[in-house]
Amino acid sequence: MAGLSNLLNDTPEVAEHRPWPRHLVSPAQWEAAARGLEAGAWTLVALWGEADTAHMALRDAANGDFAVASLACPDGCFPSVAKVFAPAGRLERAMRDLWKLEPADTPDARPWLLHGGEGPRYPFLTAEGEGLHQIPVGPVHAGIIEPGHFRFTASGETVVRLEERLGYVHKGTEGLMAGADVARAAKLAGRVSGDSTVAYALAFACAVESATGIAAPPRAAWLRALMAEIERLANHFGDIGAVCNDAAFSAMHAHCGALREEVLRASDFCFGHRLMMDRIVPGGVAADLAPMGAARLRALVALVRRRFPELVRVYDNSASLQDRTVGTGILKTELARRFAAGGYVGRASGRDFDARRDVFYAPYDALSFVVPMRAEGDVNARVWQRIDEVEQSLGLVIQILDLMPGGAVRAEFVAPSGAAEGCALVEGFRGDVFVWLRIAEGRIARCHLRDPSWFQWPLLEAAIEGNIVADFPLCNKSFNCSYSGHDL
Amino acid sequence: MWKLLLKTSPLPPLTEAAPAPDDAALAELAARLDAAAKKRLGRSLSIREVDAGSCNGCELEINALNNVFYDLERFGLRFVASPRHADVLLVTGPVTRNMREALERTYAATPGPKWVVAVGDCAKGGGIFADSPAVVGGVSEAVPVDLHIPGCPPTPTALLQGLLALLETVK
Repeated sequence: MAGLSNLLNDTPEVAEHRPWPRHLVSPAQWEAAARGLEAGAWTLVALWGEADTAHMALRDAANGDFAVASLACPDGCFPSVAKVFAPAGRLERAMRDLWKLEPADTPDARPWLLHGGEGPRYPFLTAEGEGLHQIPVGPVHAGIIEPGHFRFTASGETVVRLEERLGYVHKGTEGLMAGADVARAAKLAGRVSGDSTVAYALAFACAVESATGIAAPPRAAWLRALMAEIERLANHFGDIGAVCNDAAFSAMHAHCGALREEVLRASDFCFGHRLMMDRIVPGGVAADLAPMGAARLRALVALVRRRFPELVRVYDNSASLQDRTVGTGILKTELARRFAAGGYVGRASGRDFDARRDVFYAPYDALSFVVPMRAEGDVNARVWQRIDEVEQSLGLVIQILDLMPGGAVRAEFVAPSGAAEGCALVEGFRGDVFVWLRIAEGRIARCHLRDPSWFQWPLLEAAIEGNIVADFPLCNKSFNCSYSGHDL
Repeated sequence: MWKLLLKTSPLPPLTEAAPAPDDAALAELAARLDAAAKKRLGRSLSIREVDAGSCNGCELEINALNNVFYDLERFGLRFVASPRHADVLLVTGPVTRNMREALERTYAATPGPKWVVAVGDCAKGGGIFADSPAVVGGVSEAVPVDLHIPGCPPTPTALLQGLLALLETVK
């Protein structure tokens, strides 16, 4: 199949859309785009709707070309993408719930984000066989985690089918964005998924800046990357410990938890907030690095480099722990590629993608780092993937501190009077976060935020198959998908 | 593993001194707790955390209470896996339409005497999400709230102060 540029060659382009093109396509071209997804010619970055229009963001697998295809749906109906390309299924169900856009010939017409209160019971998929039993779990879980429902069908201890039901924390974030001024919308973006508040604020700010042509000062771009790497470190430490804890290895949890706390305290010292919420704003960053902040971060990196290798050795040398993680919850490379699974979930299964390297936004074009990869795709590979990514982030923090230019940290932001559209793809700790928006009359007219979890949650269902029920927490934590980011 | 234990065991603990309980929270609570409950529970409370729609920011900081720096359990406060075992429901988030029933049922499953602590700015009136049709509002829209700990998210220290205030009053 020819490339993305061929598909969209003769279609009208929307002038105010930046930095990548947006094309208006016909229903036939929309269907051709869906078939291209199925053929693996390009990957699905996002699929979303607004009143009377369906959009699909695509990335050419061969040359990295990026484009948005938009289909006018005057009758509220569009050709289903999921009909030929299953990974689009939940995205289409959400479009139907939130924007009343009907995917024609959809293979799954059940609601997704809207639960409908006292309405009819949600029809879970079935599994047939002798002696099968169901285990319903959630939405209120045993741990201190987000709510969601898992419906296991098991044969003895072995999981035959897992079906997720999500949407419990659907807050209508995109609905609140519509009509909000840019400052309020930035705050909302920072609260899509609390653990990725920096990544979301960054993606939102980049999209606004692309749309309006306002550039953040160079120093701001470096400070943003610094925050993004610190957020990555904090989450990696927390989750590496939590995976071990789910295998009842609490010593690792205690030590990793201490490292996470050190990172959060350093964040608080440097940027005035432990999670760095609302620190990245359209136009730059809210405040410069605190005086002595650089020294504090260098001390943090030194501390981690002293303590973390010992913890990695413990992980690697504890047979009881390895027994739980090696060979558990295998995600096959083929599936990771098909769903374009981002972050450590994709990379631990051999999908070589990292927005910092492959989309190339400042200042990563000036920094040297490698994107670690693994092929095994089991819980152990995902833990190691994150261990390897910790080392890269430590190196990046030091490079940023060494090379960061001086100067202003915030450009004056004036919302444009006309219409403007922009999008951005940035690498959060969990994977690539995509934001698309349209600004009209100084306010956000429509903003779509796509969490990496959309393409990871369905893969957890595949990875758990054939594993025992007791290994589910371990598998789930090794994916650590976001509920709030997904439910919006 | 042994090397790690040998290396860390002679070191002083990382756990920090307890913060003073929050006075405002104490005053808010005093009126609501009766002597019988104090007698029955002693200086120990079991907490069930319920995310009723948060962005997960509050959960991150609540989880931090279990790390070695804050070590919640030394105060007799512990997180439990079931509302059946709980004295306190620690509820975060604006209550979403989709979580309302689950929160109400969790409250109903918690034996009395029980208290509800609403955590975070969204838990009071829905915060930044208040105007959304997908959101019911603050925690008090669904269940009676005894104490509110503000913050976006509240720091572990703020959470500790609030919970210690609860404990002081229950004592």
